[in-house]
This record gives sequence, structure tokens and C-alpha cells, in this order.
Amino acid sequence: MSDPHAGAAAPSVFGVAFKDAAFAALVALGLAAPMLGLVTVQTQSGIELEQHWGKVAIAVAIVFAGRLLLNLTLWRPGRKKSLSYVPPKVEAKLARFAKYLAPLAILGAVVMPMLPFTERYAIDLGILVLTYVMLGWGLNIVVGLAGLLDLGYVAFYAVGAYSYALLAQYFGLSFWVCLPLAGILAAFWGVILGFPVLRLRGDYLAIVTLAFGEIIRIVLLNWYWFTGGPNGISGIPRPSFFGLDFDRGDDGFAATFGLDYSPLHRIVFLYYLILALALLTNFVTIRLRRLPIGRAWEALREDEIACRSLGINTVNTKLTAFALGAMFAGFAGSFFATRQGFISPESFVFMESALILAIVVLGGMGSQFGVAVAAVVMIGGFELFREFSDYRMITFGLVMVLIMIWRPRGLVSTRSPSVFLKEKKAISGSLVQEGHG
Amino acid sequence: MIDDTPALPPELLLRVERLTMRFGGLTAVNDVSFDVRRGEITALIGPNGAGKTTVFNCITGFYKPTVGRLTLASKEGPLLLERLRDHQISRKANVARTFQNIRLFGGMTALENLLVAQHAPLMKASGLTVLGVLGIGGFNKAERAAIEKAKTWLERIGLIDRADDPAADLPYGDQRRLEIARAMCTDPVLLCLDEPAAGLNPRESLELNALLRSIRDQDDTAVLLIEHDMSVVMEISDHVIVLDYGKKISDGAPLHVRNDPKVIAAYLGVEDDEVEKVESEIGVETAS
Amino acid sequence: MEYFLQQLINGVTLGSIYGLIAIGYTMVYGIIGMINFAHGDVFMVGSFMALIVFLALLALGVTFVPLALLIVLILAMALTSLYGWTVERIAYRPLRGSFRLAPLISAIGMSIFLQNMVQVAQGARVKPLPPVITGGYQFGAAEGFVVNVSNVQIIIVVTTIALMVAFSLIVSRTPLGRAQRACEQDRKMAALLGVDVDRTISLTFVMGAALASVAGLMYLLYYGVIDFYIGFVAGVKAFTAAVLGGIGSLPGAMLGGLLIGLIETFWSAYFTVEYKDVAAFSILAIVLIFLPSGLLGRPEVEKV
Repeated sequence: MSDPHAGAAAPSVFGVAFKDAAFAALVALGLAAPMLGLVTVQTQSGIELEQHWGKVAIAVAIVFAGRLLLNLTLWRPGRKKSLSYVPPKVEAKLARFAKYLAPLAILGAVVMPMLPFTERYAIDLGILVLTYVMLGWGLNIVVGLAGLLDLGYVAFYAVGAYSYALLAQYFGLSFWVCLPLAGILAAFWGVILGFPVLRLRGDYLAIVTLAFGEIIRIVLLNWYWFTGGPNGISGIPRPSFFGLDFDRGDDGFAATFGLDYSPLHRIVFLYYLILALALLTNFVTIRLRRLPIGRAWEALREDEIACRSLGINTVNTKLTAFALGAMFAGFAGSFFATRQGFISPESFVFMESALILAIVVLGGMGSQFGVAVAAVVMIGGFELFREFSDYRMITFGLVMVLIMIWRPRGLVSTRSPSVFLKEKKAISGSLVQEGHG
Repeated sequence: MIDDTPALPPELLLRVERLTMRFGGLTAVNDVSFDVRRGEITALIGPNGAGKTTVFNCITGFYKPTVGRLTLASKEGPLLLERLRDHQISRKANVARTFQNIRLFGGMTALENLLVAQHAPLMKASGLTVLGVLGIGGFNKAERAAIEKAKTWLERIGLIDRADDPAADLPYGDQRRLEIARAMCTDPVLLCLDEPAAGLNPRESLELNALLRSIRDQDDTAVLLIEHDMSVVMEISDHVIVLDYGKKISDGAPLHVRNDPKVIAAYLGVEDDEVEKVESEIGVETAS
Repeated sequence: MEYFLQQLINGVTLGSIYGLIAIGYTMVYGIIGMINFAHGDVFMVGSFMALIVFLALLALGVTFVPLALLIVLILAMALTSLYGWTVERIAYRPLRGSFRLAPLISAIGMSIFLQNMVQVAQGARVKPLPPVITGGYQFGAAEGFVVNVSNVQIIIVVTTIALMVAFSLIVSRTPLGRAQRACEQDRKMAALLGVDVDRTISLTFVMGAALASVAGLMYLLYYGVIDFYIGFVAGVKAFTAAVLGGIGSLPGAMLGGLLIGLIETFWSAYFTVEYKDVAAFSILAIVLIFLPSGLLGRPEVEKV
């Protein structure tokens, strides 16, 4: 029997691709024409529209060409239309290197300031990145290990910073005394805020933590006589090298060690300080993962009801995760305060919480290494594109979307067990729960 | 208070008295009373919707009974279970349970699952974590002991070779047995199993029977199970309780229950007075 | 007394705007269980669309206000819906079925993108619009107090009520509404029964965006000035409103919106302006402590 359709031509790949790209271009036209093409400008006589059809044409053209290209290459029918596309061979090779990457990275971080070609800018960038790495590791305990969705993490960062600033200002305590105090205060707030809300289901917990973050920011902004309001607190004492100030004096750091004074000394000291704090966070987290509390966090994330049936007090377990995460944010906050010498509520907006959460999710699966890489990529990348200030944020948002589409489970999408009998096998991310709060 | 609670006769482990559970207008469990004796496997059976899982959830602290008293002869004396919250049931009363839809920690290995079950003693050994972080205290020793215990159970259920595999990767029958082993790692006096044979093939059912019998005989743990699989129930139970529409309709040795006309009627969906007629039709011996 | 009445009217008006935005959050959450973080920015885009179309009409010589407003409403709804649809297709659909954190981060990225895109395209300065609808009613003058109800406020409340009724009818009576409710309950089963799940979800986003654009137009008319940042602030409040009312419940979203609007207005009027948001957020936290599923939310019981 002859196939009645034998004579009809199969739809050409190019034809399908073209139609799809044309549709995309049409959508782009609808989006761009009003937004890019008609720009509102204020003139002397009021507000008017300026026409910029050139921009619209460019946008539509880019969309059309890009979509056509993608349709003809990555998204050819027949090829798996998947964007999470890393060849398994590459992934396996990376996994084998991963063992060495972490110690190498730590070594690199330790050695970096001492390299001859490192300039101040690089060390400053390093300090910024390491601060976010530490914040990422702290939030990782809450979100990555215990599976609690916290959208207000910046609140604890703020508590740490303001605690240090106020303690130093009112009581004249040194950094080394204020640091643990700030951590304890932040942990304390973690318990206070956590206690009423940790019974809430995941998404409700998210909005309440977001609300708390905003409440703390607004209070800091308006409680003028205590927190300085929008002016913040300035003149925060800089750290000293165990009592030796980093100044030009005869009893300063430089003089004591027989070096010429250089402002770089303090910067390098700050760098090693944040590195030490971050590594402390990492060390504690790794230890805790192997202790019953860490296992309870992960079990909580997997199945809360099963945890309760095994005698685990889930409320206390959640509170511990929350408080510990808060404590590390508190430490990071104190560091931030002393590094800047000045803090204001502007540094503690919701976008920071979102950014830190993005770092944790991008890192993947409660993985310490992944979170660090994500922080380096996002913060480092963000800083390096400083020149393109206008388009920097636009690209940043778009990159966030693209990375999530590419690797929804994050960069490190496997979980490594905390204990093993014979062999430590990496567990695929698809088997691991993300927690329901 | 433990002091006020009257002690149970020594052969009893759990006494359920007048248990009633109402959800709004629906009475799921209606005035049910029964005993669970030490060293026995007790089965709770009945048609679907009879209220079996509800009874379970009351005993294991996931529901608070509307009416009723649940007295357990725990290691520390008689306890009233209806007063305890869910995680305390395991901690204080040493009652462990498994679930109808298996609730393993899928992303954790079989070994890790069994270690989580030993959370309480390990927490104590780690000095509430603080000592553990610092690396002092007896934590390492306690952890090694816990791993040994886990190994023993893994060997008993035949999963020692898969100790490092994620629980979600295990075949269904293995997952069921792992869940039981996990419950046993909490050293319970009473093990409550919710349909442990569901979805098992005949060979796996036999293995399950062997496991449950060995638990009854070796581990000083009484077993209370809900089951639909009659072969399992008849094979291993020492005592059977039948529920229908939230009420208890039969209570006794397996053979007695099997021949009880009320039970047959409930499963066949037949009215009580028609039972004898139906039985003669299908040729069943009526109890005389 | 008249002060109270005045604040009541103001609060209801503000609450209506929040409610319209909150419905978008709640519908999307109900159907795919995700928090659409970019929704507030879709509202902001809606207000910009309204402004641009309005100015374009003025430039083209259409000055008859009711006609212009009608055209603005329709066009702004269409254009904003296109934005809502596109956001879903690009940022959420590829992640559907994946777990819940990935779409959340994607949504945050989208929110950043939209905010900054508008900032770059339209400029960072605020955009004022000369009052379009003026006048109103004053009553109580005879009794010795004065309460003002402006025409804008009346239009906002009336439009909101009309839209609420329309959307309730759509959800309960039409095939689309049924498909939506089916997808909410059990997406796989709905798909097996022939419901076009992709289309239903896209339409839900479109509906949410359309409502947000109406809210954007209202905001523009009421406050007379917009900028690229209003989306974030309104978005968080509207999301709070949706959760307060019980996320997943349409009447809950409206109720939550009204409550947040009233709390904000009354707190600013009787206490301090600075802490009005703190009041709103605190009420949310307190309500959730006692009613963990919100006011009208259905408590989710996990089967043990």
C-alpha cells in the first residue's frame, strides 16, 4: 500500500524555525514598541513622548536573529530540546577534579594578597566576595540544609552590623569583644523571630521572613536617636591587629613590625579576617553536618513527618538552624561595619536577601563549594562589569534567569552523604528534597 | 503524670479504651477498645475506610483523640499516649511507626536513614552538639556504636551491600524493610506498621513475615500492624482486631476471627442476617 | 468622625489597588504553586503603558477624557498582558515541574530585569501626569464636617468591584475557570483529561497581568506620578495582602488588599507615617501565627 502522504513535502526545518523566529519577533515588537519606542520625557511644558523607533528595530532584529539561530542550532528538532546541557563526560571529569578544587581554592585565597601583582582593587574585591561567600554559607544552613525558605536574611546581617557599631560607640568595646557579642545578639533575634513563625508552611514562612526583614530595615531607618536613622552610624572604630592600630604612629602596626607604613596593611588584615571568618563558617557547617543536628536538618528537609515519628523535635531543630544562620550573618555584619567604618539602612535592603538567596540556590544542594563558586561568579562578575553601569543590572537579572533555566538545581547538583560504610557515592540532585519549610 | 496513671497488668503493653475520633461531623473511630499484649504481633484489619489508620494516628500522636484513653506500659512506667505530642511518642514512650506511603529520607543513604533514627542518644553524646563541634566528649565512640547498630539492622534486612545508596534508589520492597529497620533503630517497645505488605510480591511478603517474627522473638518489641493482605495477617498474627465503620466488630485469635460471621459479612458487604444464607451458598462451615 | 470617614474612603481606595494586584499573585500561586516575584513589576509596567498610551492619544488629538481612558484601559491591558505572557514563557515555563526555589530565583531575576529595563528605557526620574479626572463629592458640609470623595476614588472602587465580580464569574462559570480549578487541584490528572495545561497557565498569567495593568492605571490616576520603583513596594505589599487573605483564595486576595490598604491609611493618619509598613507587616505576622493559612485560606492537611 502506498503512503498517501508520500507525495507531500516534509515541513522544512528552516521553515519551522523561521516561523517561530518571526512569531518571537512579533512579540518583541509588541513589548518594545511602547516601552523603548515611546520614551516619556519631561519638558518645560509638561511631559511628552519622544519617538525612538531605531531602538525598537534593533531590539526586534536581535530577537529575530537570535531565535532563528537558536532554532537552527541548539534547538533543532531531533536534538533534545534541553537547556540544562552539560555533556555527561564533562560533568564526570569535573566531579573528579572537584576533590582538589576546594583545597586549591582555599590555598589560592590565602596566597592571593601576597602575590606580587595583586593591587588594592583586587584585595578589596576579594573582601567583598568573601563577605558574600560567608553570608551564602550562613544562609546555606537555613535554606540548603534545613530547607527553610528565609527571605529576610539581611535582617540578621543588619543586627550584626548595628550591634557592633552601637556597642563600640556606647561602650567602647574592641572589635574582638564585639564580634562574638554581635553574633550572639543576631542568634538571639533569630530565635525570637523564628519561634512564632517556624510552624508555618514554606511559602508562608517566606513572606513572613521577608516581612521581618523589612520591619527591621524600616525601624533602623526611623529610630533616629538610637540608630541614627537614614544617616546611619559613622566613625565606627577600625580593627586593630590585636591592639596595634594600623596607623603611622610609633606604636602602630607598621612601626612595631619594622615596616614602612602603608594603607595596604589594614586592607590585607581585613582580607585575612574575613577569610578566617568565612573558613570558620565553613568548618562549623561541615562539622555540624556530621553531627546529629546536621543530619536532623537534612532529614527535616527530606520529610518532616518522618522526623517527628523518630522523636526529633522539629521546632527546636528549625530554630537551631535559624539561629545558627543568624549568628554567622551577625559575624559578617560586624565585619562589614568595621570594614566600612560607616553603616546605614541603605545597605540592608531586601535586594541583599534576594541576592544571598540566589547565591545559595545557584550554588546548589547545600553544597559548600557550590555556594562559594556562585558567590565568586555573581559578586565578582557584578563588580567587574562596573563600567557598563546602566546595563549591568539588566544583564544581572537576565543572567539570574538564564542560569536557573540552565541548571535549576544549581551548579553543584549532587549531595554527598555525611557518613558512609564503604564508599561515598554522590547522590543525584533529583532524589533530594528541597524542603517545605 | 506518670504517677496517677494506673499500671497495666504485666502481660499488656498497650490498652486502648473507648477511643473515639471525630472530625467535624464525621465519626471516624467510634468507641473502640482493645489490648496489645507483650511479645505478640497484633493485627488491625477491616475494610477500607474502617478507621484503622485513624486509630494508628491517635496511638502515634499525629491526631489527638476526641475521647478515649491510651495507656502504654513504657520503659519508665505507664504513660497516657493521648497526652503526648508526636515526637514525644517516640522519645518518651518508645513507640515507633512506619507509614502507608513510605516516608524514607530519599536523598540520604540507607545508612544515614538509620543514623537519623538514633538521633536522641547521639545528641546526648554530642553534648547537645557543642562538645561534638569541639571534638571532645564521647561523640565519636557513640557514633561508632550507632553505625554498628545500623550495620546489624542492614544485615538483618539484607541491605548491607546497599548501605551507601540513596534510599530513594532502592526497590520498593527494600524501602519497606528499610523503613521498618529505621523504626527499630529507635529501640521501641511497640512497633506500629501501617500496611507493611502493601505492594509486595509473594516472595517479599514471605521475607516480611520472617522479619516481623524475628522482631517479635528477638527484640522484645510488640508489633501492631494494619494490613489488608490476609496471608500475612493469618500467617504471623497472634491476635487480630477487626474494625468496620469505625467500630470494633471482632477481637481474638486469627482463626476465630476468620470464621466470625460478622467479619465475613463486613468484608462481603452483606447484612448480618443474610450471612448464614450466603455462607451456605458458598459452602463455608458455619460455627455451630 | 469625619477624619475617620475620610481615612476609611482613602483606605478602601488604596486597598482596591492592592487587591487587584494581589489577585494576580494568588491566581498564579493557586495554579502552579509559585510566588511570582515579578508581578509587582508587571504592575509597574502596566502603569507605564497607561501613561505612554495616554500621552500618545493626547499627541494624536484624542482629548475627550472618557474615550481616551477607555482606549488607555484596553491598550494598557493588552500590552501588559503581553508582558505577563512573555515573562511566564521565558522565565517560568522552562522551570515548571522543577522544584520551587528555581522559579523563585528566576522570578527575582526577572523582577530585577524589568525594573532596570524600564529605568534605562524610560529614565530614572519620576513621571508625573497632570490630573486627568478631577472633581468629586463633598458631603457632610451641612452637618459641620467635610468628607471628600473624589471621582477618581469612586472610579477605582467601582472598577474594582466590577472586575471582582467578572473574575469570580469567570472562575466559577466558564470552561477556563473550570480548567484553572482543575489544574489547581491536580495538574497531571487535568492534563490526562484533555485540559491544555500550558494554555490554562498562560491565560492565568495573562489575567493576572491584565488586572495588574488596571491597578497600574488606577495608581497613575490616583497619585499622578509613577516611577520604575513602584513595582517593588506595591508588589511586596500586595503579596503580603494575598498571603494575609489566604493565598490561593480570590476573595481572600481582595480582603487582604483592603485590610492592608486600611491598616496603612489608618496607621499613617492616627500614628506615624514612617511605621505604616511595619504595622502592615506586623499584622500579617500576627494573623499567620494564629491562622497559619491566612484569613480565608484553606488549611492544607498533609496525609500522614
